[in-house]
Amino acid sequence: MRPKEGQVRIPSGCAIAAVISRDGNRMSGEGMIHAMEPMHDRSNGLGGGFAGYGIYPEYKDFYALHLFFDSRDTRKACEAFLKTGFEICHSERIPTRKLPAITDEPIIWRYFVAPLQSVLRDLQLDEKEFVVRTVMRINTEMKGAYVFSSGKNMGTFKAVGFPEDVGVYYQLEEYAGYAWTAHGRYPTNTPGWWGGAHPFALLDYSVVHNGEISSYDANRRYIEMFGYQCTLQTDTEVITYIMDYLLRRQGLTLNEAAGVIAAPFWETIDRKTDLVDKEKHIYLRTLFPSLLITGPFSIVLGFEGGLMALNDRLKLRSMVVGEKDDRVYIASEEAAIRRIEPDVENVWSPAGGEPVVIRVKEGVQL
Amino acid sequence: MNGIYMTPEFDVIRSDARCTACRVCQRQCANGVHSFLAEKGVMVSDETKCVNCQRCVSFCPARALKIVRNDNRLRENANWDQDTIREIYKQANSGGVLLSSMGNPKPLPVYWDKILINASQVTNPPIDPLREPMETRVFLGKKPEKVTRGADGNLITTLPPQIELTMPVLFSAMSYGSISYNAHAALAKAATELGILYNTGEGGLHEDFYPYGAHTVVQVASGRFGVHEKYLETGAAIEIKMGQGAKPGIGGHMAGAEIVGDVSRTRMIPEGTDAISPAPHHDIYSIEDLRQLVYSLKEATRYRKPVIVKVAAVHNIAAIASGVARSGADIIAIDGFRGGTGAAPTRIRDNVGIPIELALAAVDQRLRDEGIRGRVSLIAGGSIRSAADVVKALALGADACYVATAALLALGCHLCRTCQSGKCNWGIATQEPELVKRLDPDRGSERLVNLMNAWRHEIMELMGGMGINSVEALRGNRLMLRGVGLTQKELEILGISHAGE
Repeated sequence: MRPKEGQVRIPSGCAIAAVISRDGNRMSGEGMIHAMEPMHDRSNGLGGGFAGYGIYPEYKDFYALHLFFDSRDTRKACEAFLKTGFEICHSERIPTRKLPAITDEPIIWRYFVAPLQSVLRDLQLDEKEFVVRTVMRINTEMKGAYVFSSGKNMGTFKAVGFPEDVGVYYQLEEYAGYAWTAHGRYPTNTPGWWGGAHPFALLDYSVVHNGEISSYDANRRYIEMFGYQCTLQTDTEVITYIMDYLLRRQGLTLNEAAGVIAAPFWETIDRKTDLVDKEKHIYLRTLFPSLLITGPFSIVLGFEGGLMALNDRLKLRSMVVGEKDDRVYIASEEAAIRRIEPDVENVWSPAGGEPVVIRVKEGVQL
Repeated sequence: MNGIYMTPEFDVIRSDARCTACRVCQRQCANGVHSFLAEKGVMVSDETKCVNCQRCVSFCPARALKIVRNDNRLRENANWDQDTIREIYKQANSGGVLLSSMGNPKPLPVYWDKILINASQVTNPPIDPLREPMETRVFLGKKPEKVTRGADGNLITTLPPQIELTMPVLFSAMSYGSISYNAHAALAKAATELGILYNTGEGGLHEDFYPYGAHTVVQVASGRFGVHEKYLETGAAIEIKMGQGAKPGIGGHMAGAEIVGDVSRTRMIPEGTDAISPAPHHDIYSIEDLRQLVYSLKEATRYRKPVIVKVAAVHNIAAIASGVARSGADIIAIDGFRGGTGAAPTRIRDNVGIPIELALAAVDQRLRDEGIRGRVSLIAGGSIRSAADVVKALALGADACYVATAALLALGCHLCRTCQSGKCNWGIATQEPELVKRLDPDRGSERLVNLMNAWRHEIMELMGGMGINSVEALRGNRLMLRGVGLTQKELEILGISHAGE
């Protein structure tokens, strides 16, 4: 039998796209579907997905857990498990549309949950850490159940198929968010199931990624010391955990985290004349050497209130950024941006290792 | 007492047609193999004294000499091989413990040779080190577990003391006494020029080499020879030697005859006294005692020097290393059973300890399982023979490698494994002034620099092939390794897959 993704490591090429409104204006998910169309050949029909931010305003205080199940029994068992630690405010099947292009679908549900305070007190954990541990536990221990989205007021939607079809399948035109990311995948092998599609998400962090990182096992073996378990053996999974570790657990800023994973070369650091900046980079590289990511990557990290685009330090993958009014677009190819915004302005290619952070303006209610 | 006669191990083959009886061989051989037979006007050899160090062969201007294995054989026996029988004869003749030098020469598995390295094809690009930056700089030392910030929100960028190396290699411990002044001088100069470190071993630091302190690891071993405040202050790091791969579980013994002049002064012991390093440190009978010594040395140097704890690779090495990591050590050096020595009991050298490849893999994994890999850096040693071995060691989890035998080879050592005689014809493992001066420290240093620069280029080529442009991303990256011809158990311990998987 052919192994499923997670049992083998599958390298992939990819296409990514993203959009954010700095004014916090909500956009339908349909735009992202169209953005992926001109990059059709960057995917091979074996994976596509989207992340939307600000899509669940009515449940914004609850963690939105999106799960795949292989059977009704698994779902029942998983729900029973969830109830031991969470109040489930609302649960439902995620609405989908039958398409000939999307087959082998699992059972897909979402739960809007809040951790039980009594459980948090017993375990001496904060809310987010408890959610992370629950996600890790389900994904590693509960056969046939898989949490693929776990943030507040955001959600990811992914499947095996071309991204344009995946977007239609999940009826993304029904959702409105202030930021969206999209991904089309070109894996070298058949993944066998839907977990390995992107985006990859933990809490409100989501990552879409194009590339194959050469540092994978160094990164994986380091991050697994801190309770993360890489069940899928994909680059995107480990990048997501690294970002959660650096941003949430270590409290680094986005720029500092970029200075860890796409660290400037030593010769660049040695030449810096701003001594505070120089010290900072020496410190970050010395402290987190195992979280340096090498090999080609372009990623878009989604988080509450913003996006960060980042290329590997040699810029071995294409990525462009453009603007129009309150919106900022990011994509593997300019064509993707022009499909949805023909009048895009200020298109540029960020340099390798140069993070581009776009946030919704302060004070805007998300 | 009549000893059992043993045929010499080697034959000295001299071409009479070429030999001009210039007597260079005679002057070069400290063992007294060659002599001139005046009455016949020819050179003759006493093969019983030959150690096959190749000095005479290298210096014979007529290329008239070669040393070959004596083909006089005892009757073949697959169980009782020649070496075993000879050792029995030697012991029957002498009643003594057999002594040997350099690393274990037995045909035991060399795992490095059963591990292959990956390269990029199609899905990600190899990186050309001639066109793109390729980083080999490493920092060894404790990494704090949590980022701290000041009241202003800025990062507090102070770190525990770190050793900075331009490439992930250090010259490992060889004492002044076991090797010569000139050998030490060459190592110190080369380390300084290369931006790496060498290691004093247990013989103290000769006063002439204090200027190289920033590139020196000063060792504190069980004999405490040559240890004083200035010595500790001078080094870039302090190494507590708990064990040595070539002779785990035992100490050292340097005969009083060799404790002369500067060696005696540097070791701070009287001339002519035996220098005995006890098997244990007599203030360390357990792990909590080690912690006290680690912190004593840190106190003495005001927490400005990283402390390395060097242990031999033995069966329970993973648990030992985990204990050491919790004892305040900044760096753990693991020395495998093939590591070299100036002198060790043959039985110990050839039968005690485990391969560095397995020890390193087990330690790195255990420290990760315990979540404390960041507390210490790991140095792997014990027969690192090439840049490929370095890359494999890094991918298994080492931060850097200790190199000694390869460094001695660069100084001219021909691996005759007779260091214990103190008559090294190459001026390395000797204190006899006439022999020591044969090693030019400047030329020696130049060859060491050449060797390490060559290795650095090779490391960069291998990394670039894998699409990796920094050693940080290679460290512990076991997916870059595959085993060939290894059992499931061996693969499991090494934490790698078999080729084809």
